[in-house]
Amino acid sequence: MDIRKFVVGCYDDEEVLFPAVKKVRRAGYKIHDVYTPFAVHGLDKALGYRETRLHTAGFIYALMGLTTALSGISWILAKDWPLNIGGKPHFALPAWIPIMFELTVLFSAVGMTLTFCYLCNLAPFVKKHHFHPRATDDLFVMVIECTTKTNVQEAQNFLASTGAKEINVQMAEVGWWLGTYDKDRKIFEVGKEAAVSA
Amino acid sequence: MIKQQFEIPAGYKKWTTALLGIGILALLLGFFLLGMSKDEHQQTRFWAVLLQNALFFLLVCNACMFFICATTLAMGGWQMSFRRVPEAISSLVPVFAILALIIFIATIVGGAGHHHIYHWADKNAVAGDEILTKKKGFLNPTFFFVWTIITLSVWSLVGRKMRQLSRQADEAPMSSETSRKYVWNNTVWAAIFIVFFALTVGSTIPWLWLMSLDAHWYSTMYSWYTFASTFVSACALITLFVIYLRNQGYLEYTNDEHIHDLGKFMFAFSIFWTYLWFAQFMLIWYANIPEETTYFKIRIHGPYRGLFWLNLIVNFVAPILILMKRASKRNYTVMVFMAVLIILGHWLDFYQMVMPGTVGEEFTLGWFEWGILVLYIGLIMYMVGRALSKAPLISKYNPFLKESIAHESP
Repeated sequence: MDIRKFVVGCYDDEEVLFPAVKKVRRAGYKIHDVYTPFAVHGLDKALGYRETRLHTAGFIYALMGLTTALSGISWILAKDWPLNIGGKPHFALPAWIPIMFELTVLFSAVGMTLTFCYLCNLAPFVKKHHFHPRATDDLFVMVIECTTKTNVQEAQNFLASTGAKEINVQMAEVGWWLGTYDKDRKIFEVGKEAAVSA
Repeated sequence: MIKQQFEIPAGYKKWTTALLGIGILALLLGFFLLGMSKDEHQQTRFWAVLLQNALFFLLVCNACMFFICATTLAMGGWQMSFRRVPEAISSLVPVFAILALIIFIATIVGGAGHHHIYHWADKNAVAGDEILTKKKGFLNPTFFFVWTIITLSVWSLVGRKMRQLSRQADEAPMSSETSRKYVWNNTVWAAIFIVFFALTVGSTIPWLWLMSLDAHWYSTMYSWYTFASTFVSACALITLFVIYLRNQGYLEYTNDEHIHDLGKFMFAFSIFWTYLWFAQFMLIWYANIPEETTYFKIRIHGPYRGLFWLNLIVNFVAPILILMKRASKRNYTVMVFMAVLIILGHWLDFYQMVMPGTVGEEFTLGWFEWGILVLYIGLIMYMVGRALSKAPLISKYNPFLKESIAHESP
C-alpha cells in the first residue's frame, strides 16, 4: 500500500512521443511507465529498460520440468511398480522422451506466465490504477513519478514543452493493491489530485 | 562509399589452392590405391566416400536455393542484405550435379564397387531376393536415371532463373508498378522451385540416392531427416561466408541483427533435425520389427556405435546449449565455431548414413575420407569466391533492400 504522486502527460502521436521520452529522460525525471494503445517497437530501448531476465527463469522452470518428469516416471516404472510392457526394458528412456519434453514445455510455459504476472503485479482481485482511459484507445500516456525533490509545476511545464496534449497530476497506488475504486466516480476523473482521499 | 564488388583476397586464393591441391592429391592417391586395388572392400570404400561427399555437398548447395525461395515466398526482407551469398553458393548446384551423376553412372551402370554401393542395381541379386523384387518398380536403373536427370536439371535451371531475376534488380531503380511485377515474378519462380523441392528432396530423391543404399530397409522419415540435415548445414555455410565477408569489410548493410537471425535458423533446424532423428528412431525402437531394426543394429550395437552417439552430441546437445543464449548468436566467434561444428557434424551424419549399407562393418575414417572432404571444401571456396566476385554484393534496387537495412531481430 504505497500511494505516490505522478505527473501524467498524454501524447497523440508516436512521432512526438519518442523525442519526448528522450528529452524527459535527459532532464533527469523518473519515468514510471509509458502506456500505449498498441505495442510500439523500440520504445523499450528508448526508455532504457534493461533486458528482461524472464527467459532465465524459463530455463530454470524447464530444467525443473525435465527433472520432475524423468525422476517421476523412472521411479514409478522402474522402481515402485515395474511392469513388463511388450518386453521392453523397465528403464525405457526412448518411450519417456515425449513426456519429458511435454513436461519441460509445460513447466516453462506456466512458470513464465506466473512469473510475468508476478513481476507486473497482476493477480486475481488486484486492482490497477488507470492513468488515462484513452491509453487503450488512441493516446500515448507518459507517467512521471514524483520524488520528494520534484517540482510538480516545473515538471508539468516541461511536459507541455515536449508536446503533451493533456497534462495532469494524479495520486495513485503502486504495487499490490487489493482496494476498490469509488463506484460513484467515473474512472477518468480519478486522476485529479483532490479527488483521491489518500 | 559501399564496397560493392568482392575482390578475392590473396590469402583466400592461397588457402583455396592449398586445399584443392591436397584434395586432388587425395583423390588421385585414392583412385590408384583404393579404386584400382584388387581388394573389393577398398574399391567399395573409394566409391562410397565419393558418393557421400558428392551427395552431401550437392544437397547443401541446393538447400541454399531453398533458403532463398522460402524467404522469398514468405515475403521476407531481412535476408536481402546478404542474399548474394546463398545465391553464389547455390550456383554450384550444376557442377556438383555433374560430379554426382558421374558417380551414379560409374556405380550403377559401370558396376564400380561391385554393386556393394547400390545393391538393387545388381540384376542377379534382385532375382533371388523377394523384398528387392517387390521394390523393383521403384528401384531400377531406368527410373533412377530418368528421375535423377530431371531433378538435377530442374534444380539447376530454376536456380539459374532465380539468380537471373536477382541480377535484374541491380540495373535501374524500379517504379512501384515494376517492383510489384518484379516481386510477383520472384514469387512465381520461387513457388515452382519449392513445389519441385518437395517432390524431390522432400520425398523421392533421398529414397533413391541414400535410403536405397540399405536396399532392404525403409523409413518414411528418411527424406525429411536428410532435408533437415542439409538445410541446417546450408544455414551454417551461409553464416560462414557472411561472417568472412563482414570481416573483410564487405556487406556493410549486414550486422548483428542478420547474424542473430541466421543463428536462430541454425538453432531451430538443429532441433528440427533432432526431432526427426528421434521420431525415426523411436518408432522403429517401439515396433521392434526385424526388417526395420537392422538399420539401427549395426549403428547402435555395431562398430558405428561411437560415431552414432557423437553425431547426436555434436548436432543436438552442442547447438541447443551453446546457441540458446541471445548473446552467443550475436558473437561472431561463437557463430563461426558453431557453423563449422554443425557442418562437420552433419558430414559425419551423412557418413554414418552411407557407410553401414556400403562398406559394412569394417569402416576406416582415414586419410582418404578427410582428403575428399578437403577437396570439396576447396571446390566450394574456389567456386563460391568466383561467383561472389562476378556480381555486386548488394542488389541495389531490390524493393526489399530497405527492409533489410532497417531489420531488427527481436
